[in-house]
Amino acid sequence: MSTPCSIFFFLLTTFENMIQFTNVTKRYPGGHQALSNVSFELKSGEMAFLTGHSGAGKSTLLKLITCIERPTAGQVMVNGKNLGKLGRRHVPAVRRQIGMIFQDHKLINERTVFDNVALPLVIAGLHNHQEIARRVRAALDKVGLLGKEKQYPVTLSSGEQQRVGIARAVVNKPALLLADEPTGNLDPDLAAEVMGLFGQFNQVGVTVLIVSHNIDLISRFRSRILHLENGGLV
Amino acid sequence: MRIKNYFLNHLYAFFYSLGQMSRAPLSSVMTMVVIGITLALPAGLYAVLKNAQQLSAGWDDVAQISVFLKKDVDSQALAGLAKRLHDRPDIAKITTVPAAQALEEFRKLSGFDDALRALDENPLPSVLIIQPAVGYADPAAVEHLQASLRKLPEADFVQLDIQWVQRLHAVLEIAKRGVEILAVLLGLAVLLIVGNTIRLGVQSNRDEIAITKLIGATDGFVRRPFLYAGVWYGLLGGIIAWGLVSLALLLLDEPVRKVSALYDSAFALGMLDAWTILLLLCSGTLLGLLGSWLAVGKHLRAVEPD
Repeated sequence: MSTPCSIFFFLLTTFENMIQFTNVTKRYPGGHQALSNVSFELKSGEMAFLTGHSGAGKSTLLKLITCIERPTAGQVMVNGKNLGKLGRRHVPAVRRQIGMIFQDHKLINERTVFDNVALPLVIAGLHNHQEIARRVRAALDKVGLLGKEKQYPVTLSSGEQQRVGIARAVVNKPALLLADEPTGNLDPDLAAEVMGLFGQFNQVGVTVLIVSHNIDLISRFRSRILHLENGGLV
Repeated sequence: MRIKNYFLNHLYAFFYSLGQMSRAPLSSVMTMVVIGITLALPAGLYAVLKNAQQLSAGWDDVAQISVFLKKDVDSQALAGLAKRLHDRPDIAKITTVPAAQALEEFRKLSGFDDALRALDENPLPSVLIIQPAVGYADPAAVEHLQASLRKLPEADFVQLDIQWVQRLHAVLEIAKRGVEILAVLLGLAVLLIVGNTIRLGVQSNRDEIAITKLIGATDGFVRRPFLYAGVWYGLLGGIIAWGLVSLALLLLDEPVRKVSALYDSAFALGMLDAWTILLLLCSGTLLGLLGSWLAVGKHLRAVEPD
């Protein structure tokens, strides 16, 4: 590791790939094998789609990237960090680099839209209220919800809640954006709009991985499609 | 910058915990009142005890030794003895009560005038009432004085009038120990009350905690508001306890004054002193912090995103 050459290769493999799975197997307690021997990589700045039937292992794959689950075998690297060897204490730092969008939004219902979107900034240690407000408004503006910052999530439609989730995911300018069925509950126009948003984020350098069934919509992008079937990539 | 951020993080948790509590004001206030009552019990008993000790402390000064002399000691011998004893450094004052004077007083006060007149001779002995010097008023020195007085050939019987005060002190000492044991037990109860409240708080905020962790919050970030909540419960519980004890002392003040007036005493109940109040508030706060610390460490770990 000490020669300049090996450092170069180390940096290359570290920063070239945002996500790298090497022979990853995930078996849940009880014996169910969700992923078997999965290998793929997602380059920095790349955008890709992940498809597959329900139960094919898509959710498990996302959980491995976000450290919710650990691999049974194989290696998961995210942004140069080996997640299999990561101690509990270091998990939050990894998650802060990832913007996550969930099918069920996962918004905090007791807090306003503004507070929900501001949460990643507060967690990251930003305390300047003006700066927080500026960035929250910018994120909300991007998803077209600027006027709704004082409302509570339950007063919004499902599509609006989804977009609040997107605003929260991007407010801290993460290097990696993960989306789990982000268009699942949206009508076609809105779905296209949301997908377009991801395209825009990708264009400014964000690595994007989207789980989606919407083949019609996916095919409009010239992005790689990873297809999972029975726990393996095909 | 790091230090500034540290304080800002705490400031955030400080206000956030207040906000959380104001969302469920009734249950928060109820928890505080329960803690207040729990703390008020030992604090109140302590205040009463302290008052009793103060009251009885005044009685130490009246420590005096009565030396009843043998019958054959006449008034001249009595005066000589008093003079001799007066030279001792541990004696401040000697009052002599010759047998005749004692009989006269007894005759006046008891009303047994006729019965006493029927006696052939004076049944009462002469008495020396001795007040120990200021530097010799502690129990050991008084004991020593009493022993040496007993050795006098003229002395028949020596009685230490302070003994009952000492016994009272011993009883108060037992009561004090009892209050201390009670305080420890009730402190444990506060720990459990706060712990349980925090546990419920963690449970009712499960989703929010899981989401916050998913976005990348550290354990410390999630834990902090709960620790502050524990501090609030403990501190405000302590303030409530202070109020309750003060109210109780205020209510007791008038009847106590009446009783002490009947005994020709100017004794009045003392309020909690600053030191006790500080102790009460600090122990409340620390118990709150410790209770939430114990609960939150155990229960937060169980809440993970899925």
